[in-house]
Amino acid sequence: MKPLDDILIIDLSQFLSAPSATLRLADLGARVIKVERPETGDLCRQLYISNVILNGESSVFRAINRNKESFQADLKNKTDKTLVLKLIEKADVLIHNFRPGVIERLGLDYGTIKKINPSIIYGSISGYGEEGPWKSKPGQDLLLQSLSGLTWLSGNGHDGPVPMGLAIVDILSGSHLAQGILAALVKKSKTGKGMKVSVSMLESILDFQFETITTFYHDGGQPTERSTENNAHAYLGAPYGIYKTKNGHLSLAMGAIPFLGELLECEQLKNYPEPESWFTQRDEIKKILADHLKTETTEKWLSVLEPADIWCANVLNWNTLFDHEGFKVLDMIQKVVMGDGFEYKTTRCPIKIDGKLLTSALGSPALGEHTEAIINELT
Amino acid sequence: MRPLEGILVLEFSQYMAGPSAGLRLADFGARVIKIERPIHGEGCRQIAIKNLFIDGNSLVFHTVNRDKESYTANLKDPDDLKKVKKLIALADVMTHNFRPGVMEKIGLDYDKAREINPKLIYASITGYGTKGPWAKKPGQDLLVQSLSGLTHLTGNKNDEPVPMGLAAVDILTGTHLVHGILAALIKRGKTSKGALVEVSLLESILDFQFEVITTYLNNGNKLPQRAKEGSSHAYLSAPYGIYKTKNGYISLAMGSLHELGEVLKSPELFQYDDPKSWFTERDEIMDLLRTVLVKETTSYWLDRLEAKDIWCSDVLTYTKLLQHPAYSVLQMDQKILLDSKKKIHTTRCPIQFNDKKIFASKGAPRVGQHNKAIIEEFKL
Repeated sequence: MKPLDDILIIDLSQFLSAPSATLRLADLGARVIKVERPETGDLCRQLYISNVILNGESSVFRAINRNKESFQADLKNKTDKTLVLKLIEKADVLIHNFRPGVIERLGLDYGTIKKINPSIIYGSISGYGEEGPWKSKPGQDLLLQSLSGLTWLSGNGHDGPVPMGLAIVDILSGSHLAQGILAALVKKSKTGKGMKVSVSMLESILDFQFETITTFYHDGGQPTERSTENNAHAYLGAPYGIYKTKNGHLSLAMGAIPFLGELLECEQLKNYPEPESWFTQRDEIKKILADHLKTETTEKWLSVLEPADIWCANVLNWNTLFDHEGFKVLDMIQKVVMGDGFEYKTTRCPIKIDGKLLTSALGSPALGEHTEAIINELT
Repeated sequence: MRPLEGILVLEFSQYMAGPSAGLRLADFGARVIKIERPIHGEGCRQIAIKNLFIDGNSLVFHTVNRDKESYTANLKDPDDLKKVKKLIALADVMTHNFRPGVMEKIGLDYDKAREINPKLIYASITGYGTKGPWAKKPGQDLLVQSLSGLTHLTGNKNDEPVPMGLAAVDILTGTHLVHGILAALIKRGKTSKGALVEVSLLESILDFQFEVITTYLNNGNKLPQRAKEGSSHAYLSAPYGIYKTKNGYISLAMGSLHELGEVLKSPELFQYDDPKSWFTERDEIMDLLRTVLVKETTSYWLDRLEAKDIWCSDVLTYTKLLQHPAYSVLQMDQKILLDSKKKIHTTRCPIQFNDKKIFASKGAPRVGQHNKAIIEEFKL
């Protein structure tokens, strides 16, 4: 039995942010019904990346929407909307990520829904909140990264802005929405009462930067400065970074610089006994380290540093990682099957409960695949 | 009226991943008691960024541990351990992030804890799971980024591996731990039984890459290719990226090159009429865009592009963002008064219940600050 086994979620959302939340809830056991508009469905179905098409649609859609059902409905059509309202009446959770104003026009705002189903958990993700000058801007990952200050944290000092190369804003806001919904369900299980849960992509990506924004508030508002080379965190001192070796790379997290000097047999590092200098003089220290680490292989350095409990690691790509026993033992990849028999591989939920992996063999649905069955269930 | 009022959490976790989960539970209304070793407390108290400390604890510690209490115990001392076990008997949740084997040695592994309290949700974070060759490796953010393939997604084609410049692994893992804990609490509401919830840094950062790993698994294992310059997502087509303008930068998300060509008055973009070429000819197209965009200011382009509903934005620093009305309208910051009368100026919880923003009521605790009160209250 999975923890959310008897929970029904009606999901009006599309793209990545909120759908990633319903994927998590589905993996935890909830039944998720995606309500999709006729013809196109969730626009993510056509959001191809690197031109990969998986059984006719985008691999991103296939990854995000496995373990869900699809109900086709035009929310502007009266008959369809009546059916969707019937579903909402039975649901524990309703989720959407329309821009502010749209849900009111559709007549599906919390005030209205609460009257139909007072115990419902009503979750939404907006781009920038419900008010202010940005409220109607498109809530898109790269734009949010760019506006939130995030692009000055990765990359090196002389690089321009460097965004994080994945949809970090979508994923975090989805994760926050799932947290809020789960907390509201905990509360509902005690009181029987529903609740509105709201998340915005901007607040979520600011929360992600809580360490650095708090620092900015306390350091007199100094501009964010990345180290000239080998930066891995603009606010951390040397050695924190990734370094080139003779045959690859080495990541070094923490470690006293003179001790590193001793282990690596690098005399110059012994000139930095003061921990403060590891931050204030990190550019020169990193330069010394970079020049030195180039001279030997990653394996050689690991063999010196790991026994001394220095936090370090090799730098892998997916080929080398997937071949590694440390990855294989996780059993992280699962095979899922679509309604038409098409099979594909994807990752599983990262959470284990009572020692069991949360897997599910159900692939992503074709548009409207479950419409008829769901209508039959309703009548 | 926060959703987790009445829930008691014992946090044995240190550093960032586990405590960030505890912070979220505290923001949601749970009472979170940190169980720390005497005198020094948890490790994060001394991990500073930019050498910033307040009242002897790092600013990072204050940021992650607001709204929590501190109770000290030496878990190797039988007397202290007995008291901690009494607390466990009364708790709803406990979290820890010791390396595999440590809790077993102390005698607070899940089986032992369950004997004390069968309704307990026992949540643990490891670096790499409990089995396999990496089980005992230090679970640290940058190391896990490096091992997970993540560093090949950020930065440009000719860059070395580029890590994400924040503790992305810790934070994501913390959010997953919260998912597991809350789901287990929901289940407990039905079954009255506790549960073991386990996450690891490595599984969490692989989950973060689920879209691109799914693509990799189904395209003949092709490794990611970052764009030559301005790369913002290895798998996305032009124009996706950041470009220099006359006075700053502009971000362009996904969109039609045709519409873009019209607004930018660059007919050269029209030659790419097969959308597939927007990926295969990405570097060439982005070069073209660079030569055009650099000729005018950011606001010049934003005015024209936004009017046509093309997804674009300015690129802000903290200095600019925190002064922007779009930031102030969020009321995202809060000032928390410490006992020493010093203030911590930080951000608030990003989630709202019934349209109410959640602000913290107190700052991070001193080591053992609540020992006396907790001993009295729980009759330890």
